[in-house]
Amino acid sequence: MADGPPRQDSGARVRAGAGEAAPVVRMRGVGKSFDGTTVLSGVDLDLRPGEVHGLMGENGAGKSTLMKILLGIYTPDAGEIEVAPDARIAMIFQEFSLVPTLTVAQNVFLDREARTRAGLIDDRETERRARALFEELEIDLDVTRPVSSLPTAYWQLTEIAKALSQDARVLVMDEPTSSLARAETENLFALIRRLRDRGIAIVYISHRMEEIFEIVDRVTVLRDGKLVITEDASELTLEATIEHIVGRSISDGFRWRPPKRAPGEPLLEVEGLTADPLNDVSFEVRAGEVLGVAGLLGSGRTELATTLFGVRRATAGTIRVHGQDRTIRRPHDAISAGLALVPEDRRVQGLVLAHSLRDNVLLPVLGTFTRRGMVQDRRGNDLVRRYVERLRIAAPSIQAPARLLSGGNQQKVVLAKWLATEPDVLIMDEPTAGVDIGAKVEIVEMIRELADAGNAILLFSSELPELLAVSDRLLLLRAGRVQRVLARAEIADDKDLHHMLQDTTTPAVA
Amino acid sequence: MAAETATPGTVRAARSRRFDWREYVVYIGFVVLFAIFAITLSDDGFLNKTNLLNIARQSAIIAVMAVAMTFVISTAEIDLSVGSVAGLSSVTTAMVIGDVGLVGAIVVGLGTGLVCGAISGALTTVVRIPSFLVTLGMLGIAHGVAMWISDTAPQPISNETFTKIFGTATILGIPVLIFWMVAALIVGHVALRRTPFGRRVLATGGNESAAAFSGVNTRRIKFAVLLLSGAVAGLAGMLYAGRFQSGRFEWGEGDELSVIAAAILGGTSLFGGKGSVVGAVTGALLMGLINNGLILMGLEYSQQQIVRGAIIILAVALARR
Repeated sequence: MADGPPRQDSGARVRAGAGEAAPVVRMRGVGKSFDGTTVLSGVDLDLRPGEVHGLMGENGAGKSTLMKILLGIYTPDAGEIEVAPDARIAMIFQEFSLVPTLTVAQNVFLDREARTRAGLIDDRETERRARALFEELEIDLDVTRPVSSLPTAYWQLTEIAKALSQDARVLVMDEPTSSLARAETENLFALIRRLRDRGIAIVYISHRMEEIFEIVDRVTVLRDGKLVITEDASELTLEATIEHIVGRSISDGFRWRPPKRAPGEPLLEVEGLTADPLNDVSFEVRAGEVLGVAGLLGSGRTELATTLFGVRRATAGTIRVHGQDRTIRRPHDAISAGLALVPEDRRVQGLVLAHSLRDNVLLPVLGTFTRRGMVQDRRGNDLVRRYVERLRIAAPSIQAPARLLSGGNQQKVVLAKWLATEPDVLIMDEPTAGVDIGAKVEIVEMIRELADAGNAILLFSSELPELLAVSDRLLLLRAGRVQRVLARAEIADDKDLHHMLQDTTTPAVA
Repeated sequence: MAAETATPGTVRAARSRRFDWREYVVYIGFVVLFAIFAITLSDDGFLNKTNLLNIARQSAIIAVMAVAMTFVISTAEIDLSVGSVAGLSSVTTAMVIGDVGLVGAIVVGLGTGLVCGAISGALTTVVRIPSFLVTLGMLGIAHGVAMWISDTAPQPISNETFTKIFGTATILGIPVLIFWMVAALIVGHVALRRTPFGRRVLATGGNESAAAFSGVNTRRIKFAVLLLSGAVAGLAGMLYAGRFQSGRFEWGEGDELSVIAAAILGGTSLFGGKGSVVGAVTGALLMGLINNGLILMGLEYSQQQIVRGAIIILAVALARR
C-alpha cells in the first residue's frame, strides 16, 4: 500500500460497500496504555474509501484514544498503521474550532488565505474560493457572514468545508448531531452521503442508535479497549449492537411496562400557560405517572420546561402543584413549590464543573443543611453518599471535581442534585443527551423507579425510543400549542410517533 | 480515565492525592522569603518584634480589603474602586466627626462605602454594565468627590477614641490594626467556607447559569458582594483615618492593585468559582513582607517597585494551572 499509486478520487465515484476497495487506513493490533493502564489492545480497523464507518462503544471503551492515534496525537505502543499516501485525516471537533468573529470564508482558509501580489490578504479571492467550495458541497451559505451570526449547525458545515479544503480524505466526526435539530441532522446526513459518494471515508462516532443505522455502512464496536466486532450495519440489529457495546443483554431496558399502580392525584396542573412561543398550554401530571413531551424543534419543548421552572416568565396561565396555585417567577419559587428541573445542557445549566460532586449536589438544598447560619457539612456528605450509592455514580470521591466525571456520571450527579430536593414533580429535559448507552438504559430505568415511588415526571426528549420506553402518556407539542395527548397504548412504535409529529393535518387541541 | 475505572456506587478513598504545591504557592512563598530575609537581614533588625509587627500593621488595611475582594472575584466580578472609596470614606468620616461624634462618624464612614457599593452593584446587576467598567468609573467619581468636598485639604481628626479604635491603640503590645485584620480573616473565612452565602458566591462565579438553574438568585449575590466590598472599603477608609488621625483623599490611592494582587496571589481565580480568604490575607502579608525586606536591603523606592512587580508575576505564574 505504501508504495501504491495515489488514488484518484476525483473522477470515478467509488460507492460504499464496495468491499473490494483497498482501505485508505489500515490499523492492525493497535495498543496503548497510560501509566500502566491498558486503554487499547490489539485493535484492528480498516477504513475504506467511500464508507461511513460507525465507531461505537461506551465512554472509556477506547474510541477517542483510537482516533487520537489515527490523527497522530498519540503514538501507539503496539501495532501498525498504514495510511494511503497523500491521504489527509481530519477531525470535526465536538467543540467547534472556529473563530466566531471571522467570516465563514476567513475561517475556512484561516492562515491559508489567498494573497494579492503585494502579499496582503485577498479577501475577495478567498471568498470566491470558499463560495466554490460550498457550491461543490451543495451547501447554501453566505460565506461573507461572520460565523457568530450563523446557527450552530452551520458552524459544523463550515468545519467540514475547512477540512475538505485541506484535501482531507478521511473525516472523523465525533457526535456530530449532538447539537443539531432533526432537520439539520437530515442536512448533515445528506452531506455525509455526498462525501461518501465522492470516495471520502468517514468515521462516525455517536451514542444515538437510530442514527447509526440510518447513515452508517459498517460498524466497529469497542469495549474495554478491545475490538468486539466489525460488521456491515445491515447484518446487525439494534439489540445485538447494544449487547455488543455493553457486554450484556439489556433487551428489556427500552421496552415500556405499565406502571405498577394506577396514577394517583394530579401533582402538577397547568392551565393556559402562555410565554412566547408557548400558547395556551394545559395539561396535568399525576403521582406515579410519566408524561412524555414530544415535539419537533421550535415546538417549544425546552421553553415549556424552563417556563414551568421559572427560568422564563409566563405571560399568562396558572400552575398548580398539589392542588395549590403557585406563582413561579424564578427557579427558587419552583423549588419551594416542589418542582425540580434536570436541564437540557448539563455542562452549562446543570453543573458547576470546577466544583466537587458534593458541592454540586448540595447547591439547591443548602438551606436545609444550615444550622445557626453554618452549612452542616457532615450531614451533607452523608446525603451525597446515599445518592452516589443509589444512582450508582462512579467517582473517585465525593470531593472530585464534576468535570472529571464521564457524561453519564455527570448526568447522574445532576439527577442526584434534584432528587435531594425531594421534589413532587421532576421535570427532565433531554436527560440522556450525550451519555453512553449503558448509562442511558440506567437513567431510563431510574425514571420508571421514580414514578413507581409516587413522583410525577415530565419527560422532554427528542429521542423517541426513550420517550416511548417510559412514558405512560404522551403530549405532542407543535408550534407552542398542545397538539394532542395520547395514552402510550395508542402509539405502536417510534416510527408511528414520528409520523404523528410530522403530520400537520391534525388540528391543534384548542 | 480515573472516573471510569471507579466502581459505580462506591466512592473510593481519595486515591493517594498527590500534594499539589501550586495550591500553596502563597504560603510557600511567604515561608521561603521570610527565611531568606531572616538570614540575610538579621543584622538589619528584620526579626525584631517591632519590625515584624510593623509588617503586619502595614499590610492590615490591604488585607482587610482583600478579604472582601476575594468574594467579589469569586463571583467573577471585580471592584477597582476600593482604594478611592476608602479615601472618600476617610474624608467624610473626618469631616463629620466633630459634629456627630464617634458613632455618627462610624455610620457615615460605613455608609459612604455602602452607597458606593450599592451604586456599583446596581449598575452591574440591574443595568448590566460589566463591573470592570462600573467600578473603574466609581474609582474616578469617589476620588473626585473626596477631593472636591475636602478642597484637597487634609481633614484632621481630634476624637481620640476614634483614632484609638481604628488605628493607633495597642492591645497587649499588638497594634489594633492587626486585630481588625484577624477579625476580617475569621469572619471572611467562615462566611466563604461555611455559610450558604459563601457557597452561593462560589457557585455563581463557577457557573452562573447552573447556579441560577439551582435556585440561586445570582444577581442578588453579585449585588451583595459589591455592596460588601464597598462597605469594607468604607471600613478601610476609617482605618486610614484612625491611623493617620486625619481624612485625606490620597489615602488608599492605588490600593486596588495591591488588593487584587493579594487576592489572586492567595489562590482566588480571576475567572471566578474559586477563592481563599486565608490565601488573600497571606497574599497581603507577603507583599508587606517583600516591601519591608526590600527597604531593609536599602533598595531605592524605584528598585523596590521593580522587584515587587517581578515577584508578583513570578508567584502568580507559579500558581497558575
